[in-house]
Amino acid sequence: MTPTVVLPVLIGGLYAAGVYLLLDRSLTRVLLGFLLLGNATNLLLLSAGGPSGGAPIVGISEPEEMNDPLPQALILTAIVITFGVAAFLLAMIHRSWRLVREEVVGTDEEDRRVAARKATDRDELDPDDLAPDDRPAAHADSLHAPGDGDAEPLADDVHLPRRRARR
Amino acid sequence: MTFLLLLHLLAAVLAPVLVRWWGRQAFLVLALVPGAAFGWVLTRIAEVAGGGEVRESVPWIPVLDLDIALRLDALALLFAALVTGVGALVLVYCARYFEPDDDGLGRFAAQLVAFAGSMLGLVLADDLLLLYVFWELTTVFSFLLIGGSGGRLAARRAASQALVLTTAGGLAMLVGLLLIGQASGSYLLSEVVADPGGGTVMVTGMLLVLVGAVTKSAMVPFHFWLPAAMEAPTPVSAYLHAAAMVKAGIYLAARLAPGLADVPGWRPVLLGLGLATMLVGGYRALRQTDLKLLLAFGTVSQLGFLMVLVGAGSRELAAAGLVMTVAHALFKSTLFLTVGVVDHATGTRDLRRLSGLGRRLPVLAVVGTLAAASMAGLPPLLGFVGKEAAFAALWDAGLADRTAAAVVLTGLVVGSGLTAAYSARFLWGAFARKPGLPDPAPSELAHRPGALFLTAPAVLAVAGLAGGPGSPLLEPLVARYADTLPLLAPEAEKLALWHGWQPALALSALSLLGGAALFAVRTPVSAAQRRVAVGASADEGYWNVLQGLDRLSVLVTGTTQRGSLPAYLGTILVVVLALPGTVLLTRAPWPGEWRAWDTPVQALVGAVVLIAAGLALRINQRLSAVLVVGVTGYGVAVIFALQGAPDLALTQFIVETLTLVVFVLVLRKLPKDISERHLPRERVVRGVLALAVGGFMGAVGAVALASRTAAPVSVGFPEPAYDFGGGKNIVNVTLVDIRAWDTLGEISLLVVAATGVASLVFLRGRTGGVERAGGDVLAAPDAPGGRAPRGRWLAASVTLDPERRSVVLEVVTRILFHTILVFSLYLLFSGHNEPGGGFAGGLVAGLALVLRYLAGGRYELGEAAPIAPGLVLGAGLLVAGSTGVGGLLLGAEVLQTAILETTLPVLGDVKLVTSLFFDTGVYLIVVGLVLDVLRSLGAELDRQEDEDDPIELTPGEVVAR
Repeated sequence: MTPTVVLPVLIGGLYAAGVYLLLDRSLTRVLLGFLLLGNATNLLLLSAGGPSGGAPIVGISEPEEMNDPLPQALILTAIVITFGVAAFLLAMIHRSWRLVREEVVGTDEEDRRVAARKATDRDELDPDDLAPDDRPAAHADSLHAPGDGDAEPLADDVHLPRRRARR
Repeated sequence: MTFLLLLHLLAAVLAPVLVRWWGRQAFLVLALVPGAAFGWVLTRIAEVAGGGEVRESVPWIPVLDLDIALRLDALALLFAALVTGVGALVLVYCARYFEPDDDGLGRFAAQLVAFAGSMLGLVLADDLLLLYVFWELTTVFSFLLIGGSGGRLAARRAASQALVLTTAGGLAMLVGLLLIGQASGSYLLSEVVADPGGGTVMVTGMLLVLVGAVTKSAMVPFHFWLPAAMEAPTPVSAYLHAAAMVKAGIYLAARLAPGLADVPGWRPVLLGLGLATMLVGGYRALRQTDLKLLLAFGTVSQLGFLMVLVGAGSRELAAAGLVMTVAHALFKSTLFLTVGVVDHATGTRDLRRLSGLGRRLPVLAVVGTLAAASMAGLPPLLGFVGKEAAFAALWDAGLADRTAAAVVLTGLVVGSGLTAAYSARFLWGAFARKPGLPDPAPSELAHRPGALFLTAPAVLAVAGLAGGPGSPLLEPLVARYADTLPLLAPEAEKLALWHGWQPALALSALSLLGGAALFAVRTPVSAAQRRVAVGASADEGYWNVLQGLDRLSVLVTGTTQRGSLPAYLGTILVVVLALPGTVLLTRAPWPGEWRAWDTPVQALVGAVVLIAAGLALRINQRLSAVLVVGVTGYGVAVIFALQGAPDLALTQFIVETLTLVVFVLVLRKLPKDISERHLPRERVVRGVLALAVGGFMGAVGAVALASRTAAPVSVGFPEPAYDFGGGKNIVNVTLVDIRAWDTLGEISLLVVAATGVASLVFLRGRTGGVERAGGDVLAAPDAPGGRAPRGRWLAASVTLDPERRSVVLEVVTRILFHTILVFSLYLLFSGHNEPGGGFAGGLVAGLALVLRYLAGGRYELGEAAPIAPGLVLGAGLLVAGSTGVGGLLLGAEVLQTAILETTLPVLGDVKLVTSLFFDTGVYLIVVGLVLDVLRSLGAELDRQEDEDDPIELTPGEVVAR
């Protein structure tokens, strides 16, 4: 099928505007960008249906002249869903404003914290770094070095709690 | 057999309740469950020993061909008897081991009984996948039992270590089982063993399964989880980590050996690892000062021994392996239970603090001595019979490869020497008087063990003693399994205590003497062990691997997650441009010819839309920005209409209007201007990216259209739409019939979105309807009966401030509201044949509600729709969904349309299409969506402003920001 010039240009323009807004930190602009992207995508679907034609209603147009009904059905639900999602985003904007007086996509603090960690940082995983009572039983051959004292001739790779493990 | 498993399940579920009622005595009742299973198993001995087997099969997942296939043969019977018998005794023991006031007993009891059931299922399962399910269940319960209440770090770490290792092995095993199932063509263990098939797939599958067996049975190099698991209470150690769970790997090897022992790789892996494990475990057991850890390393050592025997794949060694398995279960659980009693009585398990306990607890000392003697392999105990049989088998034949047999035999003799040495060390440590310690030490016993407490270890020890002379009684069962393996010696030797003077007896004596010598020179041995101790171990390696993973994940997370949403989106878009974009530029067929436009008007509208979109980028005033975006929406609606899509145009117009209204509702709470937060440089980058993406998408649309060669699927829509769908509007028929499943999913999404909106706006309590004005507010004093009062055109507009009221709007609303509603119903009903339908109708009805709300305020909305939006949404989903079911009931597909035509008086010919009900559901959901949005973003925001609702949280309340 032969494409028109108008529709691709229009689609491209809407996508460009939508993406530009979507990359903003203001949630309102993100939402506007989302709406523009929605319109652009609906047009993209519509253009996939080929050139304009008659309404796809039996009795009004002949089947050969009809515009493709399938993309139309897809777009129809997409329009309504866009409304639902837009309302959801609006509610998010309102909540964000009400609770923290901001309507921006902030930086994720937790991500920042992880990124700030050095690769050599580690969680307390090595049993040798733990208090003796916290080490798993029988952890490795952490024998005391010779000369640690003779009181414990076999101070061993053993560290069980003295009392039975209760509670 | 299924009944027994269900009984365990029931007991596990009831256990917390029983413990709450009866305290620790509940264990005695719970012991009846594995006890009953034990009794049942015993009744089957005659049948199974006679060559029969008990089979049961209950269909479980027919699609996967997975049945609950259970099978009790000789091997399963031996293991089942151990699992249930020891299980019952351990539960009895629990009734005294725990104090009446211990916390978490109910949970513990439930887990222990559930474990017993899973273990029983494991040894009975005949289906490979069912075996895997039970296998992992035992892993999970072991994790829970080791971790206990989760209050102690060491226990948690031990539990997670056991879980990580055994689950990793279990997953490898799952893959292996699938491969074996593929290679042999059957998922039934009995059939796989009978006809295993061969090839690389089989070898790979076998090796993977062995990974599971090796991790579960704590073979080197995965042995370290077992000593660490000693964090668990002693009954758990006695049951899971001596008698039952760690035997699962042994069981699996024994189960598969008749079929797979000759697969290349089987013997080297099992014999090598088994031997290494036996020696490492024995060596380290000699070094322990904690009695429980001594036993744990002893268990590791003995598991290695067992793996060698059952993995050898010959009749003689398999028979010895089974006897040894029984013996080990008996003596090792006895020893653990003994340690539990010692711990309970003295408060310590450290052999450096115990002295002279034997004289004070003579019964316990006798019990412990019997078990330790069996472990060391002294006659006349069962341990001796098993070891003797193993030595004799290896000396005569046992392995086809004589060199291997010699190596293995040497290893076993050395390992048995170590075993004898640590057995002696155990007895000495627990009961003997020691120089340098006060006698007795500790001086006072905290508790004196009662008769019931000693019952379980005593019964097990006596069983081990009786098993020696009584070993011929085991012969029929053992032989029934062992005969499935090839016999290498000229004739099979029967089990017996005394075989006469033979080389094996000398080897036994040698190992005992060696053990005694090692024990006699224990001080120099300890010193030597200390000198050669190295810092590295498999355990260290495990923690180093985990740390390495941890560091790697920090590195990866820190590198890739910078916490900025624009950066993430930008990355995604760049990838889109880099990969599909490159393909588009280099490979895509560019359209050969272009048309300027469909109609000139299209170009005109397109220009308006583009200008509006461009303005939206730079406008800082919120409301204006929203309005220009609205202009693009209306423009798109016009393009829809021009393209030949009246339904879309209608829907788009209404939605655009609704969107504007909802925007305004929220924007009144926000500052007038959007604050600019981006540097010029960032804006340039965004602009470049946006233009590139826009160009890409436009080109994709054109190229896709130009390269289209196939006829659209929708060419065939018009005719069936009318014939089967009963409607002329093809788009509507597509929505409610042809692609009704899609629509059902999409309206569900609307329900979710509406609920989400309400959840975000209402800080607490999202359910319920719109608030209505009380009667006293509405009962205006000047209302004469019968006529609408002057100045009161709407039900609740009096609640508005006078300066906010508009009489014109009220009058218009009064006139139009019902008209619009009727129109919306018309759209719904006619939508099947003309533009309209559930979506458009629902949106129009929503517009009517918007009008009421705007004219009369939040109470007016409550009067207009005195119903909870949630109810409307739910009803809509119910109606739409039950239409689908209706299709089924009429004998058609889900959501298929039925056409009912009849002639009625007055109305004439009536044609009712069932998809109308589906469309009604859509209608209700759309109305519910609009109503919920109005209630949340309209009425609730009004209320918050009217009542100056501060966010005051009650203590402990959490509101997500």
